[in-house]
Amino acid sequence: MIWLNIVIQGALVGGFYALFACGLSLMFGVLKVINLAHGDMAVVAGYVAVFLSPRLHIPGLWSFLVVVPIFALLGYVVQRTLIQKSIDRDPFTTLLVTFGLSVVIENLLLEMYSANGQSINIGSLIGESWHPASIIYISYVSLAVLAAAVLVLLALQLFLSKSGIGRLIRAVADDQEAAQLSGANYRHVFGIAAAIAFATVALAGIAYGMMTQFAPTSGGVNLLFAFEVVVIGGIGSLWGTLVGGIALGIAQQFGAHINLSYQILAGNVLFLAVLAVRPQGLFGRRSSLA
Amino acid sequence: MSTEPLFVAPRARVKVRRSTHSPLFTIIGALVLVCLLTVAPWIVPAQFATTLTNFFILVIMATMWNLLAGYAGMVSIGQQAFVGLGAYATLYLAIKGMNPFVAIPFAALVCAALAVPITYLLFRLRGGYFSIATWVVSDTALLIIGTIAVLGGGTGRTMPGLQNLSPAETAHFSYLATWFVALIVVTGTYVLLRSRTGLVLASIRDNEVAARSAGVNVRAARRSIFVIAAAGCGAAGAVLAISQPFIQPSNEFNLQWAAEMLFVSMIGGLGTIEGPIIGSIIFFVLQQSLQQQGAWYLIIVGALAVAIALWQPRGLWGAFRDRFHTELLPVGHWVEPGESGL
Repeated sequence: MIWLNIVIQGALVGGFYALFACGLSLMFGVLKVINLAHGDMAVVAGYVAVFLSPRLHIPGLWSFLVVVPIFALLGYVVQRTLIQKSIDRDPFTTLLVTFGLSVVIENLLLEMYSANGQSINIGSLIGESWHPASIIYISYVSLAVLAAAVLVLLALQLFLSKSGIGRLIRAVADDQEAAQLSGANYRHVFGIAAAIAFATVALAGIAYGMMTQFAPTSGGVNLLFAFEVVVIGGIGSLWGTLVGGIALGIAQQFGAHINLSYQILAGNVLFLAVLAVRPQGLFGRRSSLA
Repeated sequence: MSTEPLFVAPRARVKVRRSTHSPLFTIIGALVLVCLLTVAPWIVPAQFATTLTNFFILVIMATMWNLLAGYAGMVSIGQQAFVGLGAYATLYLAIKGMNPFVAIPFAALVCAALAVPITYLLFRLRGGYFSIATWVVSDTALLIIGTIAVLGGGTGRTMPGLQNLSPAETAHFSYLATWFVALIVVTGTYVLLRSRTGLVLASIRDNEVAARSAGVNVRAARRSIFVIAAAGCGAAGAVLAISQPFIQPSNEFNLQWAAEMLFVSMIGGLGTIEGPIIGSIIFFVLQQSLQQQGAWYLIIVGALAVAIALWQPRGLWGAFRDRFHTELLPVGHWVEPGESGL
């Protein structure tokens, strides 16, 4: 029963990790950019939700309806300005610029909101859970986040394979020059991909703020987890992201079961083991590694 | 059989020089500076010596980061792993009874030895994934060190072996140790870059495929640079642990070290010896003048680094050098037409 609980709790946390990681995966898959400010963007989304929901009189639970569109717009703008400018230089510059942004955002938040933890108020829902067996408690919030992760991945999959814009995104991701020759404006396509990535990261940030407390420095840890998820699942595979998230979640729960201080360490060890044994990830192709 | 050569070299006379001015000036200037900085703790107030210690710690780290990123193209955001491991290696040796100052080179060696197996994992990833993986390594090292009770666990402990020194003496000696490590690191980097290895690195940086087809073992070159940078950062961690002798994982393995290394290298100019030093000076001036305003200095430095990466990617020193054609510590060659060319 203990083991079943570890797997269930791990899968629940894993849903959140997958939600967090899919924006990172999309940005890399299409733009070939690793956004090192990814985690901090999620934290910013959390702060925006905390800031806006009392002022606009929307309950914390529904704050994502406002924050996600704002972030989609922000994603498009940031991509067309800062990120595109660094892509035009070289991939090296995108790393330096996004890391610089990450440190700037983190310290700005620290100056504005102090290091104290914040959370998005969702009332009594936070403590409620489904209790199917003696020691197993399934929090409704975590379950909703897992469901949201599956829905987002499903929607992304459908969008990329069925819609016109989705096909355009894939064409640009596969061969930017060929797509450009066929008349695709790749900068606009990049902007749309970044808008989607930022929308998912806002969703992840809000989910995080509902599940637990966040502080200006929460972004870094979550970026690490998101990155581990992407590598464990396989770079460029959307469903690999979900499996990777769940694998990381279970590894962490398992570590925490042995000793509470081993929680994150167990996740890192799983990541390093995957890197050593199967560097293309569980669902990745070897060619996507380079 | 014709003896006519297939290719006739143009009979241009070219001059190949390293320096843009007489190297004598650089040598004399460097010697004066070395003497001044060696006697500095006897001249300047003790408080200023502490600031200089922190300055040279940053110079060591930035020079190593510049070697990694500016010359070997590896953007590591996990170099704090080696800062921390260097600090803890020093602590461990001091606990075993070694004088902490004597332990500095051993700490560097420990970091170099640990870096070798780490490269075999990290080099499976490239670009941004390599970057974040270095961070995972650093996070893992922090978590493992935090579970070792002898080393103070997560709460930290004080460096033994320094108790018989007065605070002023500690500050004095740790300044000298830091300054000498910085001198060795900067001079060593300079010599390394002027050697064959420097040429290999420059060829990889300019065109990796061409370098590979010309017989350069890119992976081995990168590996040796990663190991050297680990040793340098380990030495920085060792002097850090002596100058701030309360050692705790969250301070020694702080991501802020990586941020500072990256920012000052960017601002000063990647791929130059002078750049990280100039960047460190700018960083310290900003930090000292804004120290009442909390984290604002880091925000300003970060924004400045981003702006420079976008609009002036050769950094301040690079821009200066391009404009005035002058170099203090040249590692390349200048080719100029001679007086009677062609």
